[in-house]
Amino acid sequence: MVSKSLATQRLDEFFIALLIRIAGYISILFVVLISFFLLREALPVLFQVEIGDLLGARWYPIEKLYGIQPLISGSLTVTIGASLLAIPLGVCTAVYISEIAPSWTKEVLKPLVEILAGIPSVVLGFLGILVLSPFLRETFNLPTGLTALTGSILLGWAAIPTIVSVSEDALNNVPVSYREASLGMGGTRWQTIWGVTVPAARSGIITAIMLGVGRVIGETMTVMMVTGNAPTMPAGIRSLVMPIRTMTATIAAEMGEVAKGSEHYRVLFFIGLILFLFSLIINVVAFQISARRITRSERLLS
Amino acid sequence: MQGKFSRFIIFISMISFSACQPITPGEQGQVARPSGYIENKGSDTMVNLALVWAERYRQDHPEVQISVTGGGSGTGLAALINGTVDIANASRRIKPEELEQAQQAGYEVREYVVASDAIAVVVHPENPVNQLTLEQIARIYKAEINNWAELGGEDRPIVRVSRETNSGTHVYFLESVIRLGNSKDKSIFSSDTLLLPSSEGIIAEVRDNRNAIGYDGLGYITPEVKVITVASEPDGEYIYPTVATVMNDEYPISRDLYMYTHEERQGALKDYIDWILGEEAQEIVRELGFVPITSLQSKTYGE
Repeated sequence: MVSKSLATQRLDEFFIALLIRIAGYISILFVVLISFFLLREALPVLFQVEIGDLLGARWYPIEKLYGIQPLISGSLTVTIGASLLAIPLGVCTAVYISEIAPSWTKEVLKPLVEILAGIPSVVLGFLGILVLSPFLRETFNLPTGLTALTGSILLGWAAIPTIVSVSEDALNNVPVSYREASLGMGGTRWQTIWGVTVPAARSGIITAIMLGVGRVIGETMTVMMVTGNAPTMPAGIRSLVMPIRTMTATIAAEMGEVAKGSEHYRVLFFIGLILFLFSLIINVVAFQISARRITRSERLLS
Repeated sequence: MQGKFSRFIIFISMISFSACQPITPGEQGQVARPSGYIENKGSDTMVNLALVWAERYRQDHPEVQISVTGGGSGTGLAALINGTVDIANASRRIKPEELEQAQQAGYEVREYVVASDAIAVVVHPENPVNQLTLEQIARIYKAEINNWAELGGEDRPIVRVSRETNSGTHVYFLESVIRLGNSKDKSIFSSDTLLLPSSEGIIAEVRDNRNAIGYDGLGYITPEVKVITVASEPDGEYIYPTVATVMNDEYPISRDLYMYTHEERQGALKDYIDWILGEEAQEIVRELGFVPITSLQSKTYGE
């Protein structure tokens, strides 16, 4: 068989490279366009509503009270609560699956965790209303079971599969020689895991955590169903067991009723902008951490 | 790493934006449809009623397609203003701002009262409180009364449950109960009021939680919750909401349910609205626990 001429081969290469490059640029273009759209719809609010009113403590759009403080604190409460639950559980599960579990357990656990990732958030919400919220109310003798804690537990649950599967991949990518070296030097299994494997996989694990946190902060349906949506201001540790209203639930519940271009519409976009900034900050921080870790561990191992 | 990171950014943005994107109705105005297609959207209180109407009507008029969706009165009216539906269902009157927006969009809006509805105030079946005055209910929702003991009940905190702010029921309850019909009163719901997105959510919370008080249209009340009798004055008679007590104006918390269309109705739309205002459809209103209209009312705005 005659091989393709060099020129045709070059042409193929050229087109494939072009295609990949275009795909990359398109993603960047989308992000830029979306940011532009968001800014265009949100920023005029600064001329329509006083900044002081926007930062107020009461959210009640019917009376033009657009204080977003309770919404921001609501989102933060749920996100922090869910992270406290999901990060240790998720990372430990990943370590167990990757480092400790016998291979048959691994083969059962991995697909199960991935199935957990496939549970639609509305189903999680139903579980929350029918099972978790009555349980929490009775166990802790709360006035109502529709609280930040209910949302945190369910969202933690939703974030665990993401954290597990991405961290597990990262742990798997750590070369076997690292583990062998540690064990060969007389390290115990625990010392190997804690001192070698997990640090070597750190950047992947941090990416996993940030993906999980990203899912939590953007989650809408579940929180709308189980957190009570009451725009309360935080009151110390007690706000964990109080109803709260998140930014996402507010946008989802109210966007349908607003007339395009109205004050309320712009405020909702402004909330969207704040959400966007939040996830951007999470990403940048995660990127900084994981990038720094790579160089340090590389230096260590070279 | 770079590639992973940018993919990750996009993933995160998608998560964030999926929540932010409005379902913006087309700006190009109303699409020309065959006359046999009616798009009906709005009040969640009315969605079951509108569905049964559509089904019953289609038995005799199989050539007409009727699509019914909920979302809240505000949502339905916004869709009417944006020109994406033929009929908006609303459990409250159209607001002057909405009317203005409709006129700016080039629509003249027609209003039909298609049924009435009582709003029942409900509590957990084991709550010993049976009756409340309108003022007491208002004070509960304004967080001036915070324990059932103040109302002769058990020593339990009161958990206030309400529909979301885009619900016509919410707006009606705010104006007629919390502000007791006084338009100068600017009181609002206490900020710890649970705002639940559906009638089912309200019933579920009140059914399970002995601390809760909620309200909803009579058509949505199930036997699993207890309906409170309501008096408009402290020394007045406490009335249980029924079709009869709404029709003779005894029960104090009742309101009309509306349908709004663009301009003069015609073709299938005209026939459908006429049928709704007629006897057969009003019998369905009664079957579903709503209150039929006594006389035909219709009004055109913006002339």
